[in-house]
Amino acid sequence: MQIIDILISGLLLSGTYALVAMGLNLQYGVARIMNLANGEVLVFGSLAAFWLYTSSQISPLLTILIVIPISFVGNLLIYNLLLAPLVRRSKSRGALEVDSILATFGMSFILIGIMISIEGGFFAYKYLSEPIQILGSTTSLSRLVAFLIATLIALVLYLWLNKTRSGVAVRAVSVSTEAAGLVGINVPRISAFAFAIGGAITAVGGALISTFITLDASIGVVFTLKALIIVIMGGVGEIRGAIIAAIILGIVETTVATLVDPGLTLAAAYFIFVLILLFRPQGLFGRRNA
Amino acid sequence: MRASTVQELVIAALLAFLAALWPLVVDIYWLGIGVDVMMYVALATSWVLFSGPTHYISLATAAFFGIGGFLVGSGMSDYEASFWPMAALSACVGAILAALIGLATLRLSGVYFVIFTLGLAEMIRNLVSWIQNNFLGSRGLYVFTDFTDKHLYWMLLGVAVAVYLLGWIISRSRLGFALRIIGGDETVARHVGIDTATVKVILFTTTGFFAALVGAIIAPRWSYIEPNQVFSPQLSFFVVIMALLGGAGRLWGPVVGVIPFLLIWNWVDTNFPNQSILVLGIAFLVIVYFLPHGVVGRLEQLRSWSRSLR
Repeated sequence: MQIIDILISGLLLSGTYALVAMGLNLQYGVARIMNLANGEVLVFGSLAAFWLYTSSQISPLLTILIVIPISFVGNLLIYNLLLAPLVRRSKSRGALEVDSILATFGMSFILIGIMISIEGGFFAYKYLSEPIQILGSTTSLSRLVAFLIATLIALVLYLWLNKTRSGVAVRAVSVSTEAAGLVGINVPRISAFAFAIGGAITAVGGALISTFITLDASIGVVFTLKALIIVIMGGVGEIRGAIIAAIILGIVETTVATLVDPGLTLAAAYFIFVLILLFRPQGLFGRRNA
Repeated sequence: MRASTVQELVIAALLAFLAALWPLVVDIYWLGIGVDVMMYVALATSWVLFSGPTHYISLATAAFFGIGGFLVGSGMSDYEASFWPMAALSACVGAILAALIGLATLRLSGVYFVIFTLGLAEMIRNLVSWIQNNFLGSRGLYVFTDFTDKHLYWMLLGVAVAVYLLGWIISRSRLGFALRIIGGDETVARHVGIDTATVKVILFTTTGFFAALVGAIIAPRWSYIEPNQVFSPQLSFFVVIMALLGGAGRLWGPVVGVIPFLLIWNWVDTNFPNQSILVLGIAFLVIVYFLPHGVVGRLEQLRSWSRSLR
């Protein structure tokens, strides 16, 4: 059954997409940095997984534990050293957006340059590639494992944001920096923290994706674009919206790849994007004027 | 007309005249660089036409440019059309595409526009390759004309001059006045009754027109047109860097940015080809942290500072 095949692989793919979009949501929704180097951070996670697996046979699932602290600290440094000055000097949200777009473009090219010098070819390796059966549809074990881990991390993140004091502070900053500051929340610190967590999650997503998709150092922009489309489709700052949007994108992409041509997945993502811009620019679950 | 604006036009005319002499005095290597420079001057000036006053960062240049090159290639090898009608057609297609993109995205905040244009060239390249492979047959596209680098250089110079003149006329029209208000504060612009979306779409359409035209003109230089080459996203970033490096606040700003950036790029690309992408990254960071208004902005700052000393 082709429909079941498409639904299952689309759903499995959307797990990692949702995780990466959550990372970007924290960076854009809370820290208010339109991070166009997001895809390169993802590719960095993939490169780490590939490199550690091929050089010292470390399982990509263990690599995640290494990737999290490195990308957390790296993103924290990037925010504090390079982006916080832009936040301070900007007079309006529009000016900050232009500045952060240009600065993160710069970072993305520097990251690509560094990663190309480490590995210029494809990050190809085989891990958990045994076929498994789900509801009569054949897929690889790695896709299922990646989906389960992504879901687990997303769940932890969701509970943290909704059930803990620090999570509430993060959500408060995403609603209004001024109001959050007035009730005694340290806005610059929460923003830096949200940016770093967002980067760490994105890198984990990259390590997971690399177990079933072969990437290379310059593919990042495609993932940046997908994550942005998911965030916009779901509504900026909406976690549930991002999950639904990720499932839609995952299934539509898989449908187009299976029935038409695998080369047209980006065109499919653009098609969704245009529909959203024309009919619901605030996102599926976003509020108007938010 | 104020004396300073006439003076600006006279200087521009003089520079254009001197630039036109370039192919007559240099060897083939420097002529090649001259063609590159003229191509980017035309592209970056038409980019500034829209992005300078509105502050919207367009990364769609490569998409329009690629459409220009691809249509000329496809028309000349598949349909045996001649060069000029195809160049005119591709400029019109570029304008129409820009208008459609503008209508979909420019009603909304600038972020949507940047994101949309970010992957546009790549998406169109995928679509074009798919159409070529499935419906047109994957034959090569050849562009054979009698043009040499010298002719291409003069044609591109002509486009650059046309863009500059158009920008000069716009800045003195009601449209230009509306644009300046939008750039200052879009909310204010809306409140005084400016149809901001329409103004932005019109300007973006001219950018699409000229970028596609430049892509069409440069096509004979390659002879063999391949989607991967004409839709290279790098071109969009080059144009943004050159325009911002020079300064997007003035129509002649890009001219100042194109030449030094191309020379540095060529030097790095020949000596350290694997590290060339780092130059792009560093250029962006330099612009954001040290030259927020470009070289032109710094020069004007210096001038007003030296005046205040006097």
